[in-house]
This record gives sequence, structure tokens and C-alpha cells, in this order.
Amino acid sequence: MARAVSTRKTVVVTIFAWIVALIIFFPILYTIITSFKSETEAIQGFSLIPSGTVESYGAVQAQSNYFKFFLNSVVLSLGSTFLALLISVPAAWSMAFSPTAKTKDILMWMLSTKMMPAVAVLVPIYLIFRDFGLLDSRIGLTVMLTMINLPIVIWMLYTYFREIPGEILEAARMDGASLWGEIFYVLTPMAVPGIASTMLLNIILAWNEAFWTIRLTTTNAAPLTAFIASFSSPQGLFWAKLSAASTLAIAPILIMGWFSQKQLVRGLTFGAVK
Amino acid sequence: MNLKTFLLGTCSAVVIAGFAQAETLTIATVNNGDMVRMQTLTDDFTKANPDIQLEWVTLEENVLRERVTTDIATKGGQYDVLTIGTYEVPIWAKQGWLLPLEKLGADYDVDDLLPAIRSGLTMDDKLYAAPFYGESSMVMYRKDLIEKAGLTMPDAPTWEFIGEAARKMTDRAAGINGICLRGKAGWGENMAFLTATSNAFGARWFDENWKPQFDQPEWKATLDMYVKLMNDAGPQGASSNGFNENLALFQQGKCGMWIDATVAASFVTNPKDSTVADKVGFALAPDTGLGKRGNWLWAWNLAIPAGTQKADAAEKFVSWATSKHYLDIVAAKEGWANVPPGTRTSLYENAEYQKAAPFAKMTLDSINAADPKNPSVKPVPYVGVQFVAIPEFQGLGTTVGQLFSAALAGQMTVDDALAQAQQVTTREMTRGGYIK
Repeated sequence: MARAVSTRKTVVVTIFAWIVALIIFFPILYTIITSFKSETEAIQGFSLIPSGTVESYGAVQAQSNYFKFFLNSVVLSLGSTFLALLISVPAAWSMAFSPTAKTKDILMWMLSTKMMPAVAVLVPIYLIFRDFGLLDSRIGLTVMLTMINLPIVIWMLYTYFREIPGEILEAARMDGASLWGEIFYVLTPMAVPGIASTMLLNIILAWNEAFWTIRLTTTNAAPLTAFIASFSSPQGLFWAKLSAASTLAIAPILIMGWFSQKQLVRGLTFGAVK
Repeated sequence: MNLKTFLLGTCSAVVIAGFAQAETLTIATVNNGDMVRMQTLTDDFTKANPDIQLEWVTLEENVLRERVTTDIATKGGQYDVLTIGTYEVPIWAKQGWLLPLEKLGADYDVDDLLPAIRSGLTMDDKLYAAPFYGESSMVMYRKDLIEKAGLTMPDAPTWEFIGEAARKMTDRAAGINGICLRGKAGWGENMAFLTATSNAFGARWFDENWKPQFDQPEWKATLDMYVKLMNDAGPQGASSNGFNENLALFQQGKCGMWIDATVAASFVTNPKDSTVADKVGFALAPDTGLGKRGNWLWAWNLAIPAGTQKADAAEKFVSWATSKHYLDIVAAKEGWANVPPGTRTSLYENAEYQKAAPFAKMTLDSINAADPKNPSVKPVPYVGVQFVAIPEFQGLGTTVGQLFSAALAGQMTVDDALAQAQQVTTREMTRGGYIK
């Protein structure tokens, strides 16, 4: 009897989870469907069956060079992730294994910077970029994306590192491991799932960042967020083209997320259940 | 050839190549049909100017406005040519952010620009931006539905007639709304329409001393008429509808009338996109007999920011893109109906254009009927038909637009919306130093 109840409960929870997942995924699905419609079809109300035309994709590519934007997205998201990890692994290590009385306060302060509206610092950041010649440069934007995501990356790594017993690191120290040897040869391999999921999340966050990537670029460093923005129009119905541009922009990250979902979930739930 | 000669020749070639290197112009623009078309037709310009290359940054209107404002105010120098609206030109020119256009060339024929459009871009007798396309607003209506309602649309209707026609054309069972009007909040959305309409009712944003006028009976008459008409004959959820939403409704045959930008005429008469392409008629924006019509005046213009290092090349491009020659290129490649409208007198004298664009005369009449310096019945201290050309207007217009949109949605009464609009506007104008 208990088994039957458990099965029924599992079925109900599964159905509920599927419904929630479908509701969350539906806007993306409908964007993909609309991208395979003509502009006339796109405005004719709700329909899940497109004619299958790819004319919008052709028009989008003719109007903008997708691959240039794509390449910038790849460089910016990978570059900022690499840089963020380089800074955050030692930072999280020190906070997890050599905490001071102010460690918690520092962590909270770092997180609080994420709560500040970006537009509040637009002009100072713009002036700094202008004076250092970083406007519309990949280097400048890579640094900017690193800074934006650093608080989350450090927080996530700190949480993972806290799950690793300090005795193992002590043993490594007893065996003569240097500070960097301890971090890179002992700690890092043990925290691979956590680091991997942090890395994936950072790539996704950097890929989707739209405030700074649009405002600090013009042509050379503009990533896919700027590509999508260029198809939004206040006068004229270009919904199919906008959907095609959005589909092209989200496809790489969607595919990456799909293939790495196990790693992502494992990392995100790491240490959640004791 | 000895080594010395070879090295000298190589160095010279490098130096010459350096000097001959193409200048790249970065052009900020919006994703409107005419602008996108221009990007595909620039071969003519680059062939004639091989030393100039063009790079485009296309953004959504509000993002572009914010992005360009940041760059120009901080002298970032990221852009060489800007696409800006009639609202920005006088404000930015006054700030010294734009360069006057003084080298447009002998063939440019500045006097051919439509006077109403040109005057909005001129300060101290200097042109600060060149119009790429211009628009006013007008009534687009379904000829079949108005005939079915037993009415005939006059060329210059009154709001009384529009109200009667809208209610008679409404057939909600058949999915037909008598009238579709903007309801989405925003200074360039519902407030463009309502500010222009209020002029026909004798209302104005401010009196000569910059005192807000939302507590006056003219504004109440405007908003009462609008809300009642939309409740009786407008589409459901009208408070979310802007230009694009109404365009979609009209093209699907769900609107009897639509009062909006003249540029929409080419969309609703295009059989490729519109199911009612052959049934559309045009009339001037309505009035109330007070001598002013509720039609606005807008142009997308090309201007050169003061921070550019490539002013000469930029002016060459602006001259080309807004010339008569460019109109001929579009006509040859895309047909006369696709030529950017509303900028040049000669276009409206062109028989081929008149034939290809049945809305040409009405567009010209609408543009000529708008008077940005005397927009309303009573005198005003500002310039602008559907906007007030002061920097504070973007924020104010959007806030008041949210109140009026809420009144349309039934979330507050017309009286409450007007009272709050008066309060907010008085506060901001006092803060801005306009009210002493």
C-alpha cells in the first residue's frame, strides 16, 4: 500500500514538474516556432504550426553578420569565465579555509554589489572605458563581465569548498605541499563538479548579459545580445526576423546547457543535502 | 634594383598605403524598414567614395536614444553619424552636441526640404540634422466598412464624425473594432497620440509661464472622449497597444479605423502583409472645429555628433543619404512606393511617386498642416506638436502616459489621472526651475 501511494505521488510530482517545465520553456519554444513563420503568419495570432519557411533566417544573415557577433560572444563568455575562476578559486579558498572575523561580512558586501542597479554606474564606467580606450573592445568587456559575475562565482566556490574537509588540505601541507600546490593539485581536483558547474553558470550569465554588452560596444566587440537588439523595431512588424535572430543567439547556449545539464544540476545541488 | 632603392620604395608604399587607408564611419541607426533598406543600397556611396567605409550599429529606438545620449554627453566619440528624432535635434543642438551641416554640397538643394520638417531641424538659421524620412499622422480607414455603416469619410473629418463612424463600424461578434488607437504608455507611444489630439481640443501641456494645464477643461474633454470612444469601439486590452500592435490588428482586418503615423500607409496597403490592402482609404487627422488638427510631425534625421574626428566624411554620407539622388536609387531598385517619404517637396511633385503611392497627397497635406511652433489653439512656450522639446519631457511624458494608460484600462478615473498628471508635472517643472 505504502508502495502504491509512493508511486502515485511520484507520478503526480513528475506530471507537475513537466507542466512547470513546459510553462517555463514555452516562450523559448514559441520563439523557435515563430522563427519558421513568414512575417504575415507571425502576426496572425497564436499558432503552433509554422509553414516551415526559413526566409527569416536568410534575411537575418543578410542584414547582419551573425558569425562576427557569435565569435564575440564566445570570446567574451569564455574569457570572462577563465579570468573569474583565476581570481575566485584562491579567493574562495582563503575564505573557506582561513576565515577571519570579517569573512562573512566581505561575502555579503560582495553579494550586495549585485543588488545595485547597473544604470547607476553607467556614466562613471563609460568615462573609465573612454579614458582607457576600452570602449568597443573585447578586453574591456571581458574585464567588465568578469567583475559583474565575480561575486556569484566566489560565493558558489566558497560553498563548494566548505564541503571539503580541511583535514585533507592539512595532510597535503604536512606532506610539504606549497600554498599554490595545495590549491591547484589538492583542492581543485576535489572540487571539479563545483568548479565545472560554476564555470557553466558563469558562461551562461556572461552570454546573456545585455546591459553592458550593448552599452559599451558599437561594432568590433558587439556580441549576440547586440545582434538581437538590432532586430527590435518600434515601427514595423519584424516578429519572425526577431524570433530568428533570438533563436540563433540562444541556440549555442541552449545546446551547451542541454549536453551539460547533468554536470550543471550535480554542481548546483552539491552540498545541498547532508 | 639595389637594396637601398628597394627599401625606399617599400617604405614609400607603406606610407602611401597608410595615408590612403579607408576612413570608417560608424553610423547609429534604428531598425525601421527605410533605414534597413539604406544599408543595402550603400554601394553607390562607397563606389563614389572608396576612401570611406561604413559600419552600422542598429538598435531599438529607446536603447539607441540612451546609448547615443551617454556617448555624446561623455564625448565618447563612438559614433560619426547619428539617427535621431525631431525631439532631440533642437535640444542637442542647443547643448552644442551636434555639428551644423554646412557642407552638404551644391546639388543638395536644401530649399527642397519640406518647410515644416526643415524648421524643426534648424536653429539660428543653421541646419543641425538632415531628414531621412518624415511623417505626420492621419486616419486610415476601411472603405468597405464605412460604406456598410452608411457613412462617407470626409477628407478632413471631425472627432464627432470619427466617434459616430467608430461606433457604427464596431461589430464585436465579427471581431471588428470601430477604431484602434495607441494605449501603451510612453512619451513616444500613447502620449504622442494624445498630445497631438489634445491640440485639436485646444489643450496644451503648459501655459506661457510653464504652468501645467492638466487641470483645464480642454484636457478633460480630450481624455473623456478618448476613454469613452475606446471603451465603446476599441479593441480589448487597448492599454497595451502601440504602433506595432495596432498595425497587426489593422492588417488582419480587425480595425475599422486607425489614426497613426503616415508611414503606416505603405504597410497597410502592401498586399504581401495586409489582408485589407485594397480596402484602405485615408483622411486628415480629425479636428473639433477650433482650427487645429490632431496630427503630429516627426522625422528621423541624420546628424553628426560634435565629438567625431571624421566630420567631413560624415557630412558627405549625410548628404548622400538624404539627397534626391538617393530617392532615385531607391525608386530604381525597390520601386517608388518604397522611397523614404516626407522630406522633399520634389518627391510629391513627381508623377510616378503620386501614381505608386496613393497616400502621397494625404501625407503631404498632413505634414504641411502640422505647426511645431504653434501646435495648439492657445500660445505655448515650447516647440513640438506631439512632444515638448525640453529634456525633461521624456520622463514626464512617460509618467503621464502611464496615468492615461491606467485610465484607459479602467484602473483609475479620468479625473484622478488628470489630477495626478497635474501634480507630477507641477512638481517636476518646479524642480527643473521652469516655475519660479
